Amino acid sequence: MISAPENTAAVNIHRDDIGTRMGIWLFLFTELLLFGGMFFIYSIYRFLHQNEFHLAALELNVIVGTFNTAILLTSSLTIALSIAAIQNDNKKLSVILQIMTLVLGAAFLVNKYFEWMTKINHGIYPGSDLLLSRKPGEILFFGLYYVMTGLHGLHVIIGMVLIAVMLRLTVLNKIDSNNFVRLEAAGLYWHLVDIIWIFLFPLFYLIT
Amino acid sequence: MRARKMNNVNYNKDVSYLEYKGKYSGLPGWIFSTDHKRIGILYLVTMLSFFAVGVSFGFMIRLKLLFPGNAIISPQTYNSFFTLHGVIMIFLFIIPGLPAVFGNFFLPIMIGAKDVAFPRINLLSWWLFLTGGLLAITSILLPGGPADTGWTFYIPYSVRTGTNVIFTMFAAFVLGFSSILTGINFVTTIHRLRAPGMGWFKMPLFPWSLYATGWIQILATPIIGITLLLVIIERLFRVGIFDPSLGGDPILYQHLFWIYSHPAVYIMILPAMGVISEIIPVFSGRTIFGYRFIAYSSLAIAFFGSLVWAHHMFTAGMSNTGQFIFSLLTFLVAIPSAVKVFNWVATLYKGSIRVEPPLMYALAFIFLFSIGGLTGLMQGALSVNIQIHATSFIVGHFHYVMFGGTGFGMFAALHYWFPKMFGKMYNIKRAKTAFWFLLIGFNLLYFPMLIMGWLGMPRRYYSYLPEFQPFHVASTIGSWILITGLIILFANLIIALRKGKIVTEKNIWGGETLEWQTATPPIVENFEEIPVVESGFYEYKQNNIQLVEEDINK
Repeated sequence: MISAPENTAAVNIHRDDIGTRMGIWLFLFTELLLFGGMFFIYSIYRFLHQNEFHLAALELNVIVGTFNTAILLTSSLTIALSIAAIQNDNKKLSVILQIMTLVLGAAFLVNKYFEWMTKINHGIYPGSDLLLSRKPGEILFFGLYYVMTGLHGLHVIIGMVLIAVMLRLTVLNKIDSNNFVRLEAAGLYWHLVDIIWIFLFPLFYLIT
Repeated sequence: MRARKMNNVNYNKDVSYLEYKGKYSGLPGWIFSTDHKRIGILYLVTMLSFFAVGVSFGFMIRLKLLFPGNAIISPQTYNSFFTLHGVIMIFLFIIPGLPAVFGNFFLPIMIGAKDVAFPRINLLSWWLFLTGGLLAITSILLPGGPADTGWTFYIPYSVRTGTNVIFTMFAAFVLGFSSILTGINFVTTIHRLRAPGMGWFKMPLFPWSLYATGWIQILATPIIGITLLLVIIERLFRVGIFDPSLGGDPILYQHLFWIYSHPAVYIMILPAMGVISEIIPVFSGRTIFGYRFIAYSSLAIAFFGSLVWAHHMFTAGMSNTGQFIFSLLTFLVAIPSAVKVFNWVATLYKGSIRVEPPLMYALAFIFLFSIGGLTGLMQGALSVNIQIHATSFIVGHFHYVMFGGTGFGMFAALHYWFPKMFGKMYNIKRAKTAFWFLLIGFNLLYFPMLIMGWLGMPRRYYSYLPEFQPFHVASTIGSWILITGLIILFANLIIALRKGKIVTEKNIWGGETLEWQTATPPIVENFEEIPVVESGFYEYKQNNIQLVEEDINK
């Protein structure tokens, strides 16, 4: 094993962990702003249609939402622990924790799928006759519900793909206690997914 | 493992980046290269190809407007043409233009780095750029026809029209992604990879402008991303977020659109200002006047520029307080812009000016940008805005800023750095001829727009009242002169590439920034040894004094 000399510009092995962290944080800003645009729209329509948002929010299943929140928070813990494990050279534990994160992510999506399907089976989905016959505020609430949770779900999937790649790299020893910045980056992304959900959950399920 | 790979490749770092043979050769050696210089050239080639397409659409629009009523192209085609002209010019030419081409090529060299912080992501962003460009072009060919909404995609028409809006919008979304990645890359590069000794205020001004641009790219682009995505979802699933018939608010769309698209104007103009700040001191042989003020003004423009978006919507319905605040903020942006203009002029004052093509384009930039900027302020005034909103005055104004500013800034950069990039010299006389065609054609093309807009000619209209015809004729003739200038300009550069005089001199213009201290064309890793920076880069006067002293001592 060659130990990588640090902070010498003359070496050929280009690695700048601080730079990588900076890059990922900047990227996370852009993701926050992407969702920020949606939260902005949400807050404006909530302000304009308070009663209708209130009534529509009552129709969402708080229990499923709570369950999913717990799942996602736990998965954030497991990914954070997997980074700690790799820092302590415990590859096996790190791999197990990454797999657990993936399983929890999948569980979240399965729950979400059933939640969406229940609504869709009741005829509430964008463009459905039932939904279009309701008041504008309720149409907007459910429109935003599907778009925001859908986009969040997409981010869960992207996060899972990232973690799966990291899992492979860990197994191949490309991520180890000397070089774990990529796993850290994937972990940060996963926390972002988690944090967005932490805001989505009260906005759609709890404030009624 | 990496070390082993390196031993296999013939790693001769002293050859120029143009001759270097890496893992691949030929075309793959370019399109899979992570060398920032090669990526810069890739951007240059693709961007100029899209520019040619955009110019053709513009030419056709002007040709149609030679006559009122039904002429040459149908109204539907006309609508598509001005949409595509806008989309291509804005998303594929001006936004990536200076940062992606010259930023990629020169940012690492100017700060004394070997490459950008994330070379592979840099390559990815070019691929995204290409994909977005191809998507936009494909939308023309598919059934349904090209988008006809104007580049602003205003709701509700963009939800109702039967044309391929989704394609065009998705193209813009992908291009936004590309732009974000470039921004992240540049900001990180500037933070992490400056050469030893290069503090923030020893950094040249072009990197400074790229730094401000990078932040706007990072902070503003996601908003347009989500907005375009929402319109696409709206069209596919009838979600109702913007569609007024479902309770949505079209004005909200306009706000979100301009929250990005106004700062985007500064993504376009800031790097051009950076280029001008490089060129003026070199060709007047003087220290740049007010270095810190120019650096800070870039940040100030980026900051205030992010807060003025609603001035695009003064007539769309807004509270008086809102109008007042946005009008005030709009006037505030003029201050840092004017700081730059005054500093450039002050730099020229008493300089030993050499009239070479880069300086000519730079001076044209100052002249045209000032007209563009001042007409912009006219629109920032609330009462005047009502008179000229959505007239061709606006079209004239933003072409003065975008083409007269950024476009001429780009020509200036091309003529300034061309010999360094390719190791070839173009024909100076021909470059000057092209310049005069461009300058005269440009003013003949766009100044009549300001006048007839003031008289009430609406923008984007297919037909017009006969009394506007003289202005339209003048404008169209201007477009022919302008295009002649463009042809001479690019023909000159292409001829130079093939047969131009070979330049090996490191510093042909007498610049002081780091790109003039490396080989021409630059070697693969930019410098044989990472430079150590001891003094600022604009100390021409002081250096001249030293030279004189040395002469005396002899």
